[in-house]
Amino acid sequence: MSMIKNQIQAINDKGDKALSVFLTSGFPNKINFTELALNVFNAGADILEIGIPFSDPIADGAVIQKSSQLALKNGINISATFEYVKEIRKSSAKPILLMGYANPVLAYGIERFAEDSYNSGVNGLIIPDVPVDEQKVFCKNYFNKLDIISLIAPTTPVNRIKMIDEESSGFVYCVSVNGITGKNSDKEINESYLRTIKNTITKNKTLIGFGISSPEDAKKVLPYCDGIIVGSAIIKSLLKEKSPYRETLNLVRELKDSLINCN
Amino acid sequence: MNQLKNYNLPDSKGHFGKYGGKFVPETLITPLNELEEYYKKLKTDIAFLSELEKLNTEYSGRPTPLTLASNLTEHYKGGKIYLKREDLCHTGAHKINNAIGQILVAKRMGKKRIIAETGAGQHGVAVATVCAKFNLQCSIFMGEEDTKRQEPNVLRMKMLGAEVIEVTSGTKTLKDAANEAIRDWVGNIENTHYIIGSVVGPHPYPMMVRDFQSIIGKETKEQINKMEGRNPDKIIACVGGGSNAIGIFYPFIEDDVELIGVEAAGKGLEFKENCATLTLGKDGIFHGMRSYLLQNEFGQVEEVYSISAGLDYPGIGPEHSYLKDEKIVSYFSVTDEEALEAAKMLSKTEGIIPALESAHAIAYLKYIMPATKRDEIIIINLSGRGDKDMETYKNLFE
Ligand SMILES: Cc1ncc(COP(=O)(O)O)c(C=O)c1O
Repeated sequence: MSMIKNQIQAINDKGDKALSVFLTSGFPNKINFTELALNVFNAGADILEIGIPFSDPIADGAVIQKSSQLALKNGINISATFEYVKEIRKSSAKPILLMGYANPVLAYGIERFAEDSYNSGVNGLIIPDVPVDEQKVFCKNYFNKLDIISLIAPTTPVNRIKMIDEESSGFVYCVSVNGITGKNSDKEINESYLRTIKNTITKNKTLIGFGISSPEDAKKVLPYCDGIIVGSAIIKSLLKEKSPYRETLNLVRELKDSLINCN
Repeated sequence: MNQLKNYNLPDSKGHFGKYGGKFVPETLITPLNELEEYYKKLKTDIAFLSELEKLNTEYSGRPTPLTLASNLTEHYKGGKIYLKREDLCHTGAHKINNAIGQILVAKRMGKKRIIAETGAGQHGVAVATVCAKFNLQCSIFMGEEDTKRQEPNVLRMKMLGAEVIEVTSGTKTLKDAANEAIRDWVGNIENTHYIIGSVVGPHPYPMMVRDFQSIIGKETKEQINKMEGRNPDKIIACVGGGSNAIGIFYPFIEDDVELIGVEAAGKGLEFKENCATLTLGKDGIFHGMRSYLLQNEFGQVEEVYSISAGLDYPGIGPEHSYLKDEKIVSYFSVTDEEALEAAKMLSKTEGIIPALESAHAIAYLKYIMPATKRDEIIIINLSGRGDKDMETYKNLFE
């Protein structure tokens, strides 16, 4: 069974919800990224999602675009990201996911990417521009030692959500509103979509992300899912400060506090 | 050159061999499926097809002529050269063929707002034009660099009532304009249709845009058979995303005709400043499709270059990648300098000022004409006119 699912289950069993935090690989500073990642874990993150930077991140809003560009300028690539994961693994056993667009993975070699991910201590992969329909050809059976996390969105019909749940392992990444990462509009999350998430996804855990930036945002979705994913809010905070990133770590703490005892 | 019988691509998943597909965030999958369903129905809908034909004839000015370039033919003293005159379409290029088709689809889907990306501004102008005609809200994404390089087209779009959104992310050119259009679409999927400007992007776009552009090849086939009583020996077209090329090639794909695509070699293939995707790129995933892609060793897409803003794109339609691998079409490239030379020559010999993009196809003549016989027939797709390029051409005679 999926290690990620087990970990989320253990958190839920305590009466809490899971917090997954997104960091862009090697950002803001490639020298102390490992330290930042461990501090994020220590501040309360249950899962770490490390984004591999790409020149053309079509699913991302301005904030993550900026962190990607800075990471690329820092010379960050897939190999460097594996090195970070190996370092983090020396001090933490919590789940680590890689989130990367398809093209850098294809250029690295898909099979080699799967192998090196596993050997570095990665538990799962999110490839946002490879939907389930393309996964069979793209991933073949290369990734069977890793969880493949698929996304659903408010546009996804119920029978497709069921199919995605069936095809995924670990958790299903539920995109909160139709849009890119970050808070880009005042769109409210649709209630009936939230109920669909709760009632339809049965095989996997459910985490809701995109535009979740505060405990208040979290509160609205918690009754319907097993945890939340926070990305742009963290990156935005990191863009504003220098090491030791006190405000950012405080935000992680606040977010995790809001997830305690809420089952 | 290989030939295919019963060519019937893409498959039901939108794949041309291993290329194509739908490599987009989940939010777009269902809207793309809906678009595909709609389009499939409309393809055989009599009312839709007759409205399309009426607009093509009465609004756009089709059929465009097939012109014997007698002076150019004399110049090379080889086969007969014909020009398919897409430069005479309303708005000045083949881009309008696709814009008219897609606006009719969008209208029937009940969409209220249209978005598009543009590089040279030709596609942007075509979309702004049909939005004005059909009274739909229109936002055009254009890289900040390109708004400066192509100011006359920015003004045309504004006069037509479109909003021109300057894109400042990434390289501030066409690829980033397309990125921003995709991001906008994901956020406004309920009321917005995205009119992609070439045979690129996720399925069903490469197929749908090809179908709308195929009118070029259908007319060409009829015209040349009427004028010469037979198919041509060779057809040449410039290739950016690949829509004018596939438009003229597609109706000849099962015939014994040599099909030649010409990419932009920019300052030369040995330099970074080029955009010869099929010549120098490798298998990639970009803008929703799997296709050849100009990229670095880490799979990052870097800035590409051509003097022609309409060819300045690191990707290429997935069908062209397939046609290259299967050796059904041959692809070559010519430099900025060769294209400029060709533009000058066509203007002086035939009295036709070509778009810089189309000039790339003309430039390739010098490589093949010496080996042609007098009784051969060569057709060039003259995809657009050069009015928009006068700022660049100025140096040729001043
Ligand atoms: C006149 C003309 N020809 C060709 C192109 C290239 O596009 P495609 O390869 O899709 O025909 C453009 C693009 O702007 C154009 O304006």
